Parts: sequence; C-alpha cells; structure tokens
Amino acid sequence: MQFDSWQAFINMGGYGIYVWSSFAGTFLCLGLLALEASWRRSVLAREATKQAARAERILRARAAKKRAAKEEPN
Amino acid sequence: MWRWLHPYAKPEATFALTQKLIPWFAVPGLVLVIVSLVWGLAFAPPDYQQGESYRIIFVHVPSAMWAMGFYVGMAIAGVIALVWQIRTAELAILAIAPVGAMLTFISLFTGAIWGQPMWGTWWVWDARLTAQLILLFLYLGVMALYVAFEDERAGAKAASILAIVGVINIPIIHYSVYWWNTLHQKSTVTRAITRLEAPSIAPEMLWPLLVSILAMLLVCAALVLMRLNNEILRREIHRPWALQHLGIHFATADNKKEKGDADAV
Repeated sequence: MQFDSWQAFINMGGYGIYVWSSFAGTFLCLGLLALEASWRRSVLAREATKQAARAERILRARAAKKRAAKEEPN
Repeated sequence: MWRWLHPYAKPEATFALTQKLIPWFAVPGLVLVIVSLVWGLAFAPPDYQQGESYRIIFVHVPSAMWAMGFYVGMAIAGVIALVWQIRTAELAILAIAPVGAMLTFISLFTGAIWGQPMWGTWWVWDARLTAQLILLFLYLGVMALYVAFEDERAGAKAASILAIVGVINIPIIHYSVYWWNTLHQKSTVTRAITRLEAPSIAPEMLWPLLVSILAMLLVCAALVLMRLNNEILRREIHRPWALQHLGIHFATADNKKEKGDADAV
C-alpha cells in the first residue's frame, strides 16, 4: 500500500483531480456502452412481442372472417 | 483447417455462441478490472518523475492499445464481409465500431488529462495525438457510412472498404513516436515485452499494467459480443428461433391449425 490515509489516496500527491477524472471518465464511457447494449436488447424484445401479437391478431381475424363467410350463405 | 468456422456464417449459430461467451468475458473481465484498479491505484509505486499522476497509465495505455487492436479486428471483419459476403461479419463491424470509437475517445480524453499536468498542455498537434484523432474519425466514418445507404448491405460494403483502407493508420500511430519528434513518450509495453530495447518500466508497474490491459480487452470484448448479439437479433427478429429465445410464445402452431381449418373449407 502506497498511501498512509484515505486523504492521501484521494489527493494522489496533488494530482487527484487528474487521476480520478480520467478513471471516472473511462468507467462512465464503458458503462454507457454496457447500458446501451442492455437497453437495446429490451427494446428489441418489446418490439418483437408487439409484432408477434399483431401477427397473431391478423391470423385470428382472418380465420374468423373466413368462418363467418362460410356461415353467412346458409 | 477452417472448416470449424463455417457453421458460424449462420447467424443462429453465432448468436448461440456469443450468448454463451458473454459471461466468460464479462465476469473475468470485471474481476480483473477490480484487481487492476486496486493494484494500479493503491499498490503500484509512484513514478520517480511523475509522482502519482502516472497512474492514469492504467486506463490510458489499455484504451489506446485496444482502440488500435479492435480497429484491426473490424478491418478483418470487413475483409470477410467483402470477400465471402457473410452477413454476420457485416454485423461484427457494426458491433465493433462504437466500442472502438469509445476506446479511442477514452485514450484521447485520458491523454489530455495526463498531458495537462505533465506537458503543460491538454493537446498538441503532434504525430501521435493527431494520428489517434484520425483513428477516432475513421471509426466515426465507418459508423456513419454503414447507415448512410438506403440498403443496409450497401452501407456495410462501403463501411468495410473504409475500415480496410483505414488500417494504414495503425502502423502510423504505432511508429509515430519513432518517425517524428513528439511530446509523447515511446512505447512502454512493447519495449518491456520484446526486450529489443532496455525496458523503461519497473516490474512493479508493468504487472498491474499488463493486468489492466487484459481487463480492458475482456470487458470490451464482452461489450462487442453483447452488441453483436443484439445486431443478430435485430436482423433475425422474425425467425422462430429468435422469438423463442426472447421467450415469446407465438402461437404459430395454433394459428396454422386454425388457418388450415379455414383454408380447407
């Protein structure tokens, strides 16, 4: 351990602002990429669910219409 | 020899592979990030000239290194996309470019923060810094070109070509500190590993640096895999396997039956 106290660790020999801002910036950037990737995934899942439900509704409606058309002439 | 690679031209196979690989990169990557943070920030000795400020090296060097490494990876994907017309390789370009651009940005950003106290300036227009800035523009160009066409595959082709041509910048970045006079110091890691010249870094600093380089690789590889995974899913979202993976129970069977009944009449 190179530092005697938390104070010295935060201070980084007077370069604290430089050292900590570069580390914080790095983690912010990479964290944003990770967040974006998982957000994209959830959007994709939501859209797929919506589209699947829509496709299903269309098929059902079509089938119902055919059934109705079959019954009507009688 | 390359036969084993062939199944991965199929998006479904690559999707299954990336899905499986993500935790194998992410978990060791995050563990090594913590190790390199503690080691680099608290246990590595201070530099005799730069004091504690040199600790920026533990984010600066890994990001700069993999900014170049991922660019080469992206260009290889570009070659595969152009020569063999494999869609998954096109998607790989789209997966790598933003991660590489972010790495390049990090290297420039941390470099500026390091330059201010050590050189007395945030930025100079010298060879190393300018070449790295061009790398950022190449990444942004690849991303922009990819989406600039009505037809996505045409965009992928154009982006592949730019990615391949841009590789010329990689040796320029690497050798810029030898070819031109620059404020930037010469490569620390290459000298320490190849031993062609006397290493300029003490082992107490080199080891945490190597750990941070490995950590950065694993974390960014996990990010690329996550993005590639998403891109494949986006492209294949209508396929039954994709829906099944998302846990969407599309009642296709019922519908077919119903539809079949209706059609039969």
